[in-house]
Amino acid sequence: MADSTTGRPPAASNEPGQAREPWNDPEAVPYIQLENLSKRFGNFTAVDNISLDIYKSELFCLLGGSGCGKSTLLRMLAGFEAASEGRILLDGVDMADIPPYERPVNMMFQSYALFPHMTVQGNIAFGLKQEGMPRPEIDRRVSDMLELVKLGDYAKRKPHQLSGGQRQRVALARALVKRPKLLLLDEPLGALDKKLRENTQFELMTLQEELDITFVVVTHDQEEAMTLSSRIGVMDQGRIVQVGSPNEIYEHPSSRLVANFIGSVNLFEGNVVEDEADHVRIQSAEAGCMLYIDHGVNQIVEGSRVSVAVRPEKIKISRDSPEQEDNVTRGVIEEVAYMGSLSIYRIRLSSGVMVQATQPNLDRDTRQFTWEDEVYLSWNPYSALVLTT
Amino acid sequence: MRMGYTPLGQGLVRLFEPVMHVSPGKSVSRLLRAAGVTGRNAVIAIPLLWLLLFFLIPFVIVLKISFAEYATAIPPYTDLIQWGDDALMSIKLNFGNYLYLVEDDLYVAAYLNSARIALVSTVMCLLIGYPMAYAIARSSPANRNILLMLVILPFWTSFLLRVYAWMGILKNNGVINNLLMGLGIIDEPIVMMQTDFAVYLGIIYSYLPFMILPLYANLEKLDVNLLEAAADLGCKPFKAFLLITLPLSLPGIIAGSMLVFIPAVGEFVIPSLLGGPDTLMIGRVLWDEFFNNRDWPVASAVAIAMLVFLVIPIMLFQHYQNRQAQT
Repeated sequence: MADSTTGRPPAASNEPGQAREPWNDPEAVPYIQLENLSKRFGNFTAVDNISLDIYKSELFCLLGGSGCGKSTLLRMLAGFEAASEGRILLDGVDMADIPPYERPVNMMFQSYALFPHMTVQGNIAFGLKQEGMPRPEIDRRVSDMLELVKLGDYAKRKPHQLSGGQRQRVALARALVKRPKLLLLDEPLGALDKKLRENTQFELMTLQEELDITFVVVTHDQEEAMTLSSRIGVMDQGRIVQVGSPNEIYEHPSSRLVANFIGSVNLFEGNVVEDEADHVRIQSAEAGCMLYIDHGVNQIVEGSRVSVAVRPEKIKISRDSPEQEDNVTRGVIEEVAYMGSLSIYRIRLSSGVMVQATQPNLDRDTRQFTWEDEVYLSWNPYSALVLTT
Repeated sequence: MRMGYTPLGQGLVRLFEPVMHVSPGKSVSRLLRAAGVTGRNAVIAIPLLWLLLFFLIPFVIVLKISFAEYATAIPPYTDLIQWGDDALMSIKLNFGNYLYLVEDDLYVAAYLNSARIALVSTVMCLLIGYPMAYAIARSSPANRNILLMLVILPFWTSFLLRVYAWMGILKNNGVINNLLMGLGIIDEPIVMMQTDFAVYLGIIYSYLPFMILPLYANLEKLDVNLLEAAADLGCKPFKAFLLITLPLSLPGIIAGSMLVFIPAVGEFVIPSLLGGPDTLMIGRVLWDEFFNNRDWPVASAVAIAMLVFLVIPIMLFQHYQNRQAQT
């Protein structure tokens, strides 16, 4: 969990923030514009009225569970599915009447879809040959690309003679060699094992920065989305429920759905007893205490039920009562999972609710807490978040 | 348990124990296994025995007859193996039958003509069958079964009856000519029966399913993503067909072509019923040699020569294909 929170480094200090975050710049012109885009298959709405701007050189992740419409949206960008309603603009050009073989867009398929009867070289050269590029130029571009994805020695191999990781890199090279305006990646790391996936994630990010190509990635893996992306669009039932940087999505989820989907979260239901501009107090029987949060909730009637989200790593476990009145509750540790860098504790509160809390293992050989320990749980007013939807 | 403490008697009892408790079925299988008969061997042995009995032995008999000489006897050929007065065995091989095949123009012409007719029919079957197989493979699963059913449906009627039906359609006062004359399009019937056209029609009609089915089996497995990937990389649909679908369906094309070409070369029923007297095919020559001339040795030589000319190139081709597929 801790890994996920780190995400991308914040905007480099030597660059102005807005250059790295064009979505916060009102002057910036979006590179890809989706306008009220919908796709229906019969009665089923796969993509439901999506409007979204993606900027040049972004690595945008569409994140969601299976059947949320993310793959359909990607296929629409590639041109394999026509929009039922709305339109797609790429660099200002309406893509509606442009067939896939004329779009300046390339896709890396989830299954890689490498041509089994062609060598690695043949696969990568395929797209360039279609453009009618002269032979020496093709050879040069292909060998450059093979060098870039570190497959120089495998040029003459057929896809079935490669490992999964190598195939993934061939697929990537084949999609990149045409230098598309937009690269679409469908679960790019899905078929790789965990260790390889971690390395490839960073390779992918480096490549994207080097080549300065706009990436749109589809994934169901929230960790992958967190590490890779400049921004994430969380999708559910054909709609985009939240768009934001990994940090925003994790720390400021707009709804319970997003909070639950990204990482782990403890949700306490409660009634608003006091809502001011700079703080809110919520009485929660589930949490067994008064919850004090340092941000106000706009447009809420006092007394209405809301949820308070607290991430596990923001909860402090202690044996002694902490010196604060709000945001303190008690419970018994029921489960301990030792993960090396941190430990995950599951604590049953007196209300019966299970709470998850993680603590970094700062010292060696210190089992701070164990099963059946009675502990205090506490967190800061700025650590929790009120969710109304 | 430590073996050192086991008394000898108890050890002996233990030795016999497994045997005493097994079921009869198990002991039979144990006996069979001791004799080298395992389930695995048996599974391979059954088709092997079948091929030996119904393919290899008849083949050896035909091969034997092809080296014999014609004789006015029953059966009408001489024995290869003869016993001399001093009980010495001598084998007399007669290559005259094969020499005869080369010397007489009839046989060479019949072989070439058969190969030509079979080749043209195979190409036609491919041209007609490929789009059909492709359409079936791309149709919705529900329609697919119906379409496949329609391809197989003619097999429910005897092959011979279907060829006779074509006679009824093609003959001078047959369905087509009557219809055209009735409509006043033609005054005299078009002669279709007893022509090469009728033979081609018959062969293509009869063997088309053998082309469609292996092609369908191949095309159905083709990953649609590959065509999407080709389109994504800037390849137009027809070119994608040529560069992706066609090369990947080559095994299906080869299998279907073999299934059409091989039986078409030796086809006898279709040329005899639909073809004219000048439709020269090796199957008919063989029949005439066997039943009209009663020259079994020459007929056998014709059969063996056909096998050699047909089978050996095909085996070499397949061997080469397999080697290529492995690399």
